[in-house]
Amino acid sequence: MNKYLLYPGCSMESSGRAYGESINAIVESLDLHFEEIDDWNCCGATEYLGINLIPAYSLIARNLALAARQSAAQTNGPHTVVAPCSACYLNLAKADYYMQERPSLGVKVNEALEAGGLQYKAGTLDVRHLIDVLVYDVGLETIQSKVVRPLHGLKVVPYMGCMLPRPDYQHRWSDHEHPTELDDLLRALGADVIDYPLTTSCCGGHMTQIGPETAFELIRRLVADADERGAVLMATVCPMCQMNIDAYQNEMNHYFGTDYHMPILFFTQLMGLAFGREPDEVGIGLELVSSRNALAQIGVEVPITQEPGAPRKKYEGLPMPRRWTKHEQKEAVK
Amino acid sequence: MPRMTDERVRAGLAREEDLSLLHEVSMKTAGVSHLEMCIQCGTCGGSCPAAQDMDHTPRMLFAMLRAGMRDEVLRSNTPWICVSCYHCVVRCPQEVHIADVMYTLKGMAIHAKLYVNSTAPHFSQTFVGMVETFGRSYELGLASRHYLRHFPLRLPGMIPMGFGMITKGRMAIMPKKIKHMDQLKKILDRAKQLELTS
Repeated sequence: MNKYLLYPGCSMESSGRAYGESINAIVESLDLHFEEIDDWNCCGATEYLGINLIPAYSLIARNLALAARQSAAQTNGPHTVVAPCSACYLNLAKADYYMQERPSLGVKVNEALEAGGLQYKAGTLDVRHLIDVLVYDVGLETIQSKVVRPLHGLKVVPYMGCMLPRPDYQHRWSDHEHPTELDDLLRALGADVIDYPLTTSCCGGHMTQIGPETAFELIRRLVADADERGAVLMATVCPMCQMNIDAYQNEMNHYFGTDYHMPILFFTQLMGLAFGREPDEVGIGLELVSSRNALAQIGVEVPITQEPGAPRKKYEGLPMPRRWTKHEQKEAVK
Repeated sequence: MPRMTDERVRAGLAREEDLSLLHEVSMKTAGVSHLEMCIQCGTCGGSCPAAQDMDHTPRMLFAMLRAGMRDEVLRSNTPWICVSCYHCVVRCPQEVHIADVMYTLKGMAIHAKLYVNSTAPHFSQTFVGMVETFGRSYELGLASRHYLRHFPLRLPGMIPMGFGMITKGRMAIMPKKIKHMDQLKKILDRAKQLELTS
């Protein structure tokens, strides 16, 4: 059995609940054992680093210190911290790397940790993302051998996001701009993987909160491109990407006058389905842009849940220039 | 020998204390920033997915740092528009830690209260406030506080989404708190003292 320390991250219990549930549904069949870091705290996302340096790194390092202590308390304790969230993964990896690259930072962070009775020697632990462990430790062959319901005919684009393959301090990925790990994994599940050049383009990150216009354009590019390539579904590895593309797609459509309907699921949800789990066991139905029609193509029936959102108002504003909806475009071509 | 005055100071383009601005920013950045190594090639701006919304491209901003234009740099919206996608970082031929320099500039702008639009700084501060209180992020508290303050008009349109998030159990009503909040507080307090003395 492969043992790892797990840093779930805040979103795993809230906005990314489907991710957490689907991970729990697949670990057993892959013979993985994840041991949660006891009393872990938030990694600060992309916010704390922009306010203070040493507090931000101390916040991150507390998790590493707790993990190292938990590992040392066991014989043959695990040395790898697995983070399923790309932002958490990057923050943990970054703190570990910079504390070595700039030893003075490591000294100061440890001075702060000492106030809480903790310490962390940078480099003690390996920080890795969930998909890294699945592809390189578990292996695609093992994953393929567990598939009982191949996703044949499911046209899916693999969306890796930006904080996973970049900046890649430990050189873990096949490429910085077009890594193929997610493509390979989805292919192992039998899915019809569509080449997606925007696979590591940004979803807007926190810009949905602070500069929506900037974020909407980034979301539009991703969704429009996936749609043009004939995908019915996007697969992601990051709760922030999922949240932005799923929860803000409606607002993005309003902003541009488009009518995209592009569901986005976590890759672990698709793994769960391929391993024969039922949709509700892997958190399907929790997405706001429903994946019901997409999954019907592979014979997976998702029970109807109440669709949130008021009915769209008819467009009756002043005659302002706006982008055509796809339907209108087709009509015009005729 | 009379003290050499930099031409930039004599021409009134920079203040004496800002001549080392580049060095100051570099030292305040985590890791080894390589900021001094920038060759002004512009790969960063060309790689940036959000450059069209920035006052200055990263390349321009780094030239301004070198010129000692402190106020202009800290008033620029560029660091706040940066989405931390690290495209520029992996493409930079000089390996400048561009995204981390942007974090440093945000911190300096908050410290000097020089940001022009307060939306992003307030969002960061509210987020950090939640983390410092609970040890975890608290999305509902953060979102409602942030939207009431900065996007009240966006709120009605957000209701379906927020409703969906809550009914689907994707947004907790109450915050989660870590067990050893006292320990985290001690660590952060000490870290803040260290930040001031460094």
